[in-house]
Amino acid sequence: MIIYTAKRLLGALPTLFVLISVAFFMIRMAPGGPFDTDRTLPPEMEANLRAAYHLDEPLYQQYGRYLSNIVVGDFGPSFQYKDFTVTELLWTGFPVSLRLGIASIILALFFGTIAGCFSALRQNSKLDHLVMTLSMMGISIPTFVIAPLLILFFAVYLGWLPAGGLGSGGVVNFILPTVSLALPQIAYIARLMRGSMIEVLRSSFIRTAKAQGLSIKTIIIRHALKPAMMPVISYLGPATAGIITGSVVIEQIFGIPGLGRFFIQGALNRDYTLVMGVVIFYGIIIILFNLCVDIIYAYLDPKLRK
Amino acid sequence: MTQIRYKILLLVLLSSFGCTQQDPSEVQASISIGGISGKELAQEQVLRIGNGAEPGSLDVHLCEGVTCSAILRDLYEGLISEAENGDLIPGAARDWHVSDDGLTYTFYLREDAIWSNGDSVTAYDWEYSLKRSIDPKTMSSYGFILYPIKNAREITAGEVDADSLGVRAVNNYTFEITLRSPTPYFLGLLTHSQSYAVHRPSIEEFGTEHTRPLNMTSSGAYILSEWVVQSHIKLVRNSNYWDNENTVIDEVWYFPTEDKTGELSRYRANELDITSSVPTAQMNWIRDNLGGDLISTPYLGVYYFGFNLLTEPFKDNFSLRKALSLAINRDIITDQVMNGGQIPAYGWIPPVSGYEQQSMAEASWTQDEREAEAKRLYHEAGYSEDNPLSVEIMYNTSQDHRRLAIAISAMWRQLLGTQTTLVNQEWKVFLDTRRAKQDTEVFRGGWIGDYNDAYTFAELLQCNTGLNDQGYCNARYDELVKLAANETNLLARAELLQEAERIMLDDMPILPIYFYVSNYLLKPWVGGHETNIMKHYRSKNYFILDH
Repeated sequence: MIIYTAKRLLGALPTLFVLISVAFFMIRMAPGGPFDTDRTLPPEMEANLRAAYHLDEPLYQQYGRYLSNIVVGDFGPSFQYKDFTVTELLWTGFPVSLRLGIASIILALFFGTIAGCFSALRQNSKLDHLVMTLSMMGISIPTFVIAPLLILFFAVYLGWLPAGGLGSGGVVNFILPTVSLALPQIAYIARLMRGSMIEVLRSSFIRTAKAQGLSIKTIIIRHALKPAMMPVISYLGPATAGIITGSVVIEQIFGIPGLGRFFIQGALNRDYTLVMGVVIFYGIIIILFNLCVDIIYAYLDPKLRK
Repeated sequence: MTQIRYKILLLVLLSSFGCTQQDPSEVQASISIGGISGKELAQEQVLRIGNGAEPGSLDVHLCEGVTCSAILRDLYEGLISEAENGDLIPGAARDWHVSDDGLTYTFYLREDAIWSNGDSVTAYDWEYSLKRSIDPKTMSSYGFILYPIKNAREITAGEVDADSLGVRAVNNYTFEITLRSPTPYFLGLLTHSQSYAVHRPSIEEFGTEHTRPLNMTSSGAYILSEWVVQSHIKLVRNSNYWDNENTVIDEVWYFPTEDKTGELSRYRANELDITSSVPTAQMNWIRDNLGGDLISTPYLGVYYFGFNLLTEPFKDNFSLRKALSLAINRDIITDQVMNGGQIPAYGWIPPVSGYEQQSMAEASWTQDEREAEAKRLYHEAGYSEDNPLSVEIMYNTSQDHRRLAIAISAMWRQLLGTQTTLVNQEWKVFLDTRRAKQDTEVFRGGWIGDYNDAYTFAELLQCNTGLNDQGYCNARYDELVKLAANETNLLARAELLQEAERIMLDDMPILPIYFYVSNYLLKPWVGGHETNIMKHYRSKNYFILDH
């Protein structure tokens, strides 16, 4: 298993290198630059700034400089947030995004699994139709619609929860963003779980269990749940990475200082170093989560280890 | 049985929302502000401000834009400060003297002004700071605002040493600035963060990290207590500030609020006392429900469309440019399209102090007269219903810009039969395209003045200056603006600038649409607020009433 993991990690390095290279040249090719504003800077001032950030050097030289810097973990200073280095900004945003992402996926897993199970057990009943309709709505209605509605009810009208911001970083500030982020995932997992559970319930070993007179509760918990969870588990890897890296809209609406906002602001302001830092960070996260899923698969299916 | 359970659950959910959904205005009315006397202060003097975007830097010489400037006004004090209404008042300098030739400014500093760590603020701090502001090593991108100071431009260009800047500490509390030419608006420039003094030992000790909460030494009414990027900035009172006795607010919280709808929600949930703006699309709702909190005040800015004068169809075609300007009903645009109290613009320079606003002749016409003349000029320019003009309006991506462009294209089509294409581009791409002056025809523009003086607008339309993406160049205009820059007699100077604006409006390189207003929300328990055209506010002037 260690050799397998090491092999996969080494295999990820070329992917990361390609990602860095493509991202580096793409962001540099985008029209406009970090110092462009309404009013053009006096040429002497722009020249000074370009020289200070080495933007006056040929692109290949900038690329070489960037690669040699990131090898030693130096992502450079941010063009937009001038008082901080990119590394500092990443370490500010990542814990917030991670906390939000993990909380959302746990919530989604818990409620999605339960809803999917109940739906499967009462297939084609009114409960099933209700759950499936709600899950379809959860998947179809975008978070930028759901989130403001939740804010309106729970923060503005009821005053139970904060409307935005991180506050002192307490749990209460994370409830609405977590729920908003989890809702589409709950819906998706519920549908996944329902389909998988229905299939498992039709298996011969479940029929045998029923014939042995076991209660439905025992059958579900002891025998059906594990195999039915397999598709959900395989979905969790990319879903978690997606949630952590894709909570941009939620962060924006709730004013939460996660990585997503840095990515968007960095791209809009042509903050080359910040965009690159976030891309590399996202790349590593996605690679790691996919690796985790593969390792779990390899653990479950020894054939894959060979 | 199951059905009954669902119905009960549904009823409980609906009633829980229904019972608590109070009209916010009712809630507001039920709150008593200021206790029995109406003037009682709240025990907690905490001000929470929605500040728009996250500030790029809290280094006074690296700050660009309104969001960091707002915070820095609380943290630092310029030689010159501003009263609540925007009038210039003594700041760190208790008095000053301007030489007869308008070239030398001598400032007499407060002896009771001290840094937050207890050090005195001396003329040597000011000398060091202004030199730092201009020094290329500082990497400031707004240092050009201090170009009126002798040798500032040459230092930036690397032609002379940074020490040769026209600033000098005469003694501990006398500071002298020498200008390259008389600059009547120079005192106004000294309210800008680019001219603030920084604490030299802190900069030398901490370098770029001198803006961190524990490292920052400031001279204003507040000191930096917390800064979590994209979350909040917290300031607390500076007990060493010379006017601390008259300061009431103990804590100021600045929140980045890029999402205007999110900001409105936080305001309604009482998490903010002041917003940076309001969502335009919700103006009617805000007027109906939060009308008492809405502040609508003129803002030193102009919104316009620029014509590319270097390419067809607008090159050498005054009649066409004029026709398109006349065909716009600005009252409809401000009242119904923008709906935020904007002021129709028939000139380039907004109402600024010491300047008589200039307008195109048609400002006093009726809309029917304008439209009749627009049709005549359109035909004179060689276009008709059979041979309509095809034109492109380019704007940076934004719902407001889009709405306005649609309205204007509809007005042109309806009156003149013009075929208009709308093109939107992301901000930086748009700037690039606009600046290249090759692929634009009509493009959106806007400018907020750096200081309360007509010159901040007039200088921009000189040949080859920073915002002249029209490619406009009129030698007489440039001459008048240059003369105004050197004129010490304020009346004569204003007349020169007014004549320049009249010439420019007659040439029609731009199509002014409206003058900005600033719309924001302010809680009724926030006292001490007075509006000013620069939207320069200081938390030390506020207080929170009991509520």
